[in-house]
Amino acid sequence: MKKKLNGKVSGLEKRRAVTGYLFISPFILGFLLFMVKPFLQSLYMSFCDVQVGAGSFVMVRNGIYNYNYAFRVDPEYSRLLIEGFTKMFVYSLAIMVFSFFVSLILNQEFHGRALVRAIFFLPVILSSGVILGLETDNSVIAQMHATVEESMTNVSVTAVLQEILKTAGIGTRAYETVFELIDNIYDIALASGIQIIVFLSGLQTIPKSMYEAASIEGCTAWESLWKVTFPMVSSIFLVNWVYTIVDFCMRSDNEVMTKITDTMVDQLNYGLSSAMAWCYFLLTIIFLAISSFLISRRVYYYE
Amino acid sequence: MSNTAVISAPADKGKLKSKDRPKMSALKKKKIATNVFISIVRFILLFGLCFMIIQPILNKISVSFMTEGDLYDPVVINIPAHFTTENYQLAVKLMSYKQAFKNSMITSLTIGLLQVAVCTLVGYGFARYEFPLKSFWFGCVLLMIIIPPQIMSTSLYLHFKFFDVMGLSRLLTGNTINLRGSVLPYYMMSAGCMGLKNGLYIYLIRQFFRNIPKELEEAAYVDGAGTLKTFIIIMLPDAKPILTSCFLFAFVWQWTDGFYSRMFLGNLKLVSTSLSSIADDLSTYIASQTGVQSTVSTAYSNCILSTGTLLIILPLIILYLFAQKGFVESLSSTGIKM
Repeated sequence: MKKKLNGKVSGLEKRRAVTGYLFISPFILGFLLFMVKPFLQSLYMSFCDVQVGAGSFVMVRNGIYNYNYAFRVDPEYSRLLIEGFTKMFVYSLAIMVFSFFVSLILNQEFHGRALVRAIFFLPVILSSGVILGLETDNSVIAQMHATVEESMTNVSVTAVLQEILKTAGIGTRAYETVFELIDNIYDIALASGIQIIVFLSGLQTIPKSMYEAASIEGCTAWESLWKVTFPMVSSIFLVNWVYTIVDFCMRSDNEVMTKITDTMVDQLNYGLSSAMAWCYFLLTIIFLAISSFLISRRVYYYE
Repeated sequence: MSNTAVISAPADKGKLKSKDRPKMSALKKKKIATNVFISIVRFILLFGLCFMIIQPILNKISVSFMTEGDLYDPVVINIPAHFTTENYQLAVKLMSYKQAFKNSMITSLTIGLLQVAVCTLVGYGFARYEFPLKSFWFGCVLLMIIIPPQIMSTSLYLHFKFFDVMGLSRLLTGNTINLRGSVLPYYMMSAGCMGLKNGLYIYLIRQFFRNIPKELEEAAYVDGAGTLKTFIIIMLPDAKPILTSCFLFAFVWQWTDGFYSRMFLGNLKLVSTSLSSIADDLSTYIASQTGVQSTVSTAYSNCILSTGTLLIILPLIILYLFAQKGFVESLSSTGIKM
């Protein structure tokens, strides 16, 4: 903020500031009313035993009982938390790689590019909200597939490949993770619609002259991918990483979230569900902070 | 553009070797061959991936036209042997589709418009005005994107169940107002930019307004237009693409949203909420028809579920076909930067 030098400028500046505040006032109001208040209240609630009666609710403080319960008594929570984070990490990485790869392809010139882009973006629309949750629910298609495959006793190529690689004996667990990701490539493709678009928008901002300069200097395409494309879109990586993780937290088929909602709606244990939600949130924030710090150290800003 | 470079990689190698002229045509052939090869590989790859994305929808379509007998018939895989539209009739009945469709349409439209209108104001304020604590408030916007709404669901739930503006209603009637089940809380939240993914819209709109040259605005001021007039006449028409895509997103996400709908709009019959309960509705319906309490087979309830899903995404697909540019192109041309 500038120091007020003379009356006229500061008057104009003041007016501009007031107008600015007027423009963002809906946000401030909403933020204070529907964000800060419930946010703090849910923090407070996590230290309380909430009893809901007719017409009101009573909160009795009980220290860290809820947290204690969540981690040490509840049979599922800790396990779900660890699984959730492992899954989040692995899947987010896979989504980043996949969406970067696809956006590189979609940035090329070829016939039917608009159509392919449209198809890749389709999941953003079609697998949001309730539909995603239903999709993973005991899908009959999966069952039918399994039965059909069993009855036909056909050997799939990938299964054989998996067996061969597994018996090679090196890094079985790493292989298994990769296999799992490949098996779930559908989920990954579904989750990476927005990321592909964001990468594409980043790729389009790279001036063509850079590639020309690189190729004149004797850069092969492979080198210019790493030396030109990669640094130029590195800031997009950060944006996408944050978006992916946040998106993962909010997915309707997220197991930790389901657990929290169940605790609230079915068991009516508001205190415990708040405590669980807070732990999850804090851990996510820490994870996000560390990972984006690590990424942001490598980000290259062109301007 | 990066990939034109990728494609031309072998060509570059070719150029290095092409010192001796006579071999030129052979090299050209080689270049064409590589290009064709790359095109084929790309085609196979993209075709596979696209098929993978579309396949579930195709599968749902084929399942939705099958009779119950077809579902168990191991010979029937994709094309139903007994073509029927019974599933659709049943799903429409179970979801009370007409009513739900109307409700969803009204809610999504109004909520979408409200959210985009408010987010535009806020985004414009952030993009164009300097005021104290600006970066703090923008930090709050970013925080809002990051915080999952589920974390506050408990507290919001109680907040609206026992709603009270500074103890006023308790003073007057001795009771708090139960706003849960009415649509009001959600409209209130939307008016305060706290709806579904509203932080994202603010961010995108701000990003867009920042790229519009300042001179445009200054010229309007010099010509004597006021703040509001400048905003409406000069800035809004320019921002049409981003506003359309934000509106489309708001509409679509609201259409399929389960979280806010279940929490705030529980009593209102919406397509999203009726879809998530369709399996239970089916078993009660069948029990009431036959008079026997029996569990519906997974295959059949999934068939009805697929039909219901198709019914709910059909309007979206139609919308997407017409407004595809609004979704994809305008977003990718925004040039999102951190």
